[in-house]
Amino acid sequence: MNNHFIKRFALLTVLTLLTAVLLAACTTESPVPEDDGTTDEGGTSDGELIIGLSISTLNNPFFVTLKEGAEQAAEELGVRLIVVDAQDDPAKQVADVEDLVQQQVDAILVNPTDGAAIVTAIETANQASIPVITVDRGAEGGEVLAHVASDNVEGGKMAGEFIIELLGGSGKVVELEGIPGTSAARDRGQGFNEAVGDAEGIEIVASQPADFDRSKGLTVMENILQSHAEIDAVFAHNDEMALGALQAIEAAGRDIIVVGFDATDDAVQAVQEGRLAATVAQQPSLIGQLAVETAVKALNGESVDEMIPVELELVTE
Amino acid sequence: MNVNKQTLSIQLQKLGPFLGLLLLIIVLSILSPNFLTLNNILNVLRQVSINALIAFGMTFVILTGGIDLSVGAILALSGAMTAGMLSAGMDPVLAVLLGLLSGTVMGALNGLLVTKGKVAPFIATLATMTIFRGLTLVYTDGRPITGLESDLFRMLGAGYLFVIPLPVIWMTLSFIILYLILKNTTIGRHVYAIGGNEEATRLSGVNVDRVKIFVYSLTGFLSAMAGIILTSRLDSAQPTAGFTYELDAIAAVVLGGTSLTGGRGWIVGTLIGALIIGILNNGLNLLNVSSFYQQVVKGAVILLAVLLDRKKTYA
Repeated sequence: MNNHFIKRFALLTVLTLLTAVLLAACTTESPVPEDDGTTDEGGTSDGELIIGLSISTLNNPFFVTLKEGAEQAAEELGVRLIVVDAQDDPAKQVADVEDLVQQQVDAILVNPTDGAAIVTAIETANQASIPVITVDRGAEGGEVLAHVASDNVEGGKMAGEFIIELLGGSGKVVELEGIPGTSAARDRGQGFNEAVGDAEGIEIVASQPADFDRSKGLTVMENILQSHAEIDAVFAHNDEMALGALQAIEAAGRDIIVVGFDATDDAVQAVQEGRLAATVAQQPSLIGQLAVETAVKALNGESVDEMIPVELELVTE
Repeated sequence: MNVNKQTLSIQLQKLGPFLGLLLLIIVLSILSPNFLTLNNILNVLRQVSINALIAFGMTFVILTGGIDLSVGAILALSGAMTAGMLSAGMDPVLAVLLGLLSGTVMGALNGLLVTKGKVAPFIATLATMTIFRGLTLVYTDGRPITGLESDLFRMLGAGYLFVIPLPVIWMTLSFIILYLILKNTTIGRHVYAIGGNEEATRLSGVNVDRVKIFVYSLTGFLSAMAGIILTSRLDSAQPTAGFTYELDAIAAVVLGGTSLTGGRGWIVGTLIGALIIGILNNGLNLLNVSSFYQQVVKGAVILLAVLLDRKKTYA
């Protein structure tokens, strides 16, 4: 009995010690040998530069245009561009970026699905000494060489001021919000609310998320139309939602000003047809182009600005 | 003679997924110089661990002839709750334990609906999936929960033991324990028996309801574990985390040769299935295949596996 107890005690002690040793061996640092940054050759032997581009989703024309701008710039500069699509899943994006690191690309351009969730991935690239540039949306941590994006707050403000002007300073306004929690939705909403909040006669009667999605824009707007007899204008955080809302408004036979954001081909056409009042042009192609150009500049040893703003413009005809 | 033939066919069936995995690894090693490196293998294993954990639970459920569509939603809600408790300053160990408990309770609810409520598993978990997804959005207010501020918690998903990423350790430990449960315990045998013939199992005195509630609770627990690891890896909880993960988990189980009608299959197959899906994702990324085609390829592989499986069953 006593002997049995001693045996058990010994086993327990050994197990505890083993656990302690194992726990002490744990670290959050990657144990994989770090690249010292001197091998600029990347994955190819001929010295061609390879740049990875991790996109939040290619289910949205805006990001497709951004990708095309990047591809065009890459072709002009003689750089190989590898594009991966996170399909709006932050976990998939982390894996995507890790895979790019595995391919030893020379630089990584990230268009985060989420600014907080991308940090781990950026740190992985940092540990491998691969420079990271954020595109369109920012990151909340990690070492980022530069951020290429348009000023979404400014864009929201532009849209708000344009609506106030069209309404002559008074009216009831609806805001269709993007995916809650995304920086684009936050910033555009912030700019818009700042502009509209300053106008005495303007009242926001509804603010609903429709997740940057056209079909949700349609259904959310249908519901809002049901519950509000008087609506003078709608601001949607992106064109997809604006076009969805437009369908709902036209189906209901009502006369409401709609302003979108992004200036996608569909939206610009709708503006030309006089159905959409305006769309804020973000020039995604230029964003993609500047991102690649900035990466190449940095890889050639030139210094780059930390913040590279891309101009916005209001498309009204 | 006949028995031998049958055993042989079962052996072949078990070998199938493994041969598929091996073939995939060989092809990718030839096509991509970056594939068969220690670095990338550890990378893939870490990426696989989340899906594998959920799929392990799903194996149990499917073996009983059921299905659980709510796993991705349980992952999201448990992860969000754990993050919420952490950001409120709770002790990380306690927060993780409560997070695991919450997932287990959600799973138990599924089990109760299926057994006591007599709702078909597909419908019951479809409903709870929607409820848990909704609750996640309510709880997070649609925003990611950040500011977790705990190195200990971060270690869970982002840490390493020597060179091995900790999520791989959690996956391996869970695999061993679950393997032993299925293989060597009474409850494991009951899981197979229920999937084979539920009524006969009930008549032979097995408390079928209790086994089923256990199985759904276990799946809830494992989904919560996956959710907590994911939250730790991303250092934040995402309101839309785990979207469509139930499908990846079911795919892993099916790829591993487990029958969707229950009673037949094994958890080793599920691990192989999860590896196939993870390696396929990683390999197609390394080969720079467009993400649109990646989905087509993934679907085709699943279809192929099931077609081969059916052929074997009816041959």
